[in-house]
Amino acid sequence: MWNSPAEFFAMGGYALYVWSSFGVCVLVLVLEPLAVRARFKAIVRRLKREVLAEHFDNEGSK
Amino acid sequence: MNHLNTLSTNRALNWFRFSSPSTFYPVAGKMIPWFWALSIIFGVAGLWVSFFVAPVDAVQGQGYRIIFIHVPTSWMSMFIYLVMAAWAGLGLIFNTRLSAMMAQALAPIGAWMAFLSLWTGAFWGKPMWGAWWVWDARLTSELILLFLYLGFIALQASIDNARRADKAGAILALVGVVNVPIIYFSVKWWNTLHQGASVSLTKAPAMAQTMLWGMLLMALCLWMYSIAVGLMRVRAIILEREAHTDWVRQLNEVKN
Repeated sequence: MWNSPAEFFAMGGYALYVWSSFGVCVLVLVLEPLAVRARFKAIVRRLKREVLAEHFDNEGSK
Repeated sequence: MNHLNTLSTNRALNWFRFSSPSTFYPVAGKMIPWFWALSIIFGVAGLWVSFFVAPVDAVQGQGYRIIFIHVPTSWMSMFIYLVMAAWAGLGLIFNTRLSAMMAQALAPIGAWMAFLSLWTGAFWGKPMWGAWWVWDARLTSELILLFLYLGFIALQASIDNARRADKAGAILALVGVVNVPIIYFSVKWWNTLHQGASVSLTKAPAMAQTMLWGMLLMALCLWMYSIAVGLMRVRAIILEREAHTDWVRQLNEVKN
């Protein structure tokens, strides 16, 4: 169907529309899980600090 | 102790075991990689069909290929709303914490799908209709869907008490369900610019088989993606909300 890579990227003159659609979709679908992972890591870091603080608290009161 | 044993041997009741965040959290963690793998497989297959198998359209040339991402994102934006409202409703009826957390985890994914549906629609409408946007019945109702998602997210974020936020959000989500059939049937009820359904439940699809396969594969990709990201986000929400509990403190990832 495509005779050359250039023809593929030109999309029969619709390059702007096709690649803007697919490009933004890929961008969103990649960035969203990264944002969720950052949120997960942030809460784990907070919990770790809290557990550590509690641990020292208990040590100190002994 | 005895009555507890009889409860846990009853198969029907075992499902409720997973409605507890502490049992669901590790299960969700094990499922995430599988859904990612499925999403990538379906995505690669779907993109391959979309760009290398599906023939060029007689009227719209290569520009029609936007359909392979536009239709699946639109389907998902409506479907996720129904699932989100169902979880929110379950949370309201059974007062289960996890159901509300699931609804909360799904809302941003649905909002992004609605946004992508409108975005790809604009980039399809411009070359074919000559306009990025028109106040067509389907476009407008899809925009309202995006606002419903954003309203749900904003309402939950604005209420400090988590349980009260769940209830308020659930009512908004359930009332908003009325919009989903409006979107779906908008092309039938109002004779405006947007074309009719490409795939209908009642009649044979008005398109080539390969095009249908491309759309279905892309929809499956987004479906698996939504489950994977939903589970990832619900795990973060569980930790945030259950931060004070002992089981969270005992988790391997939290223990130093």
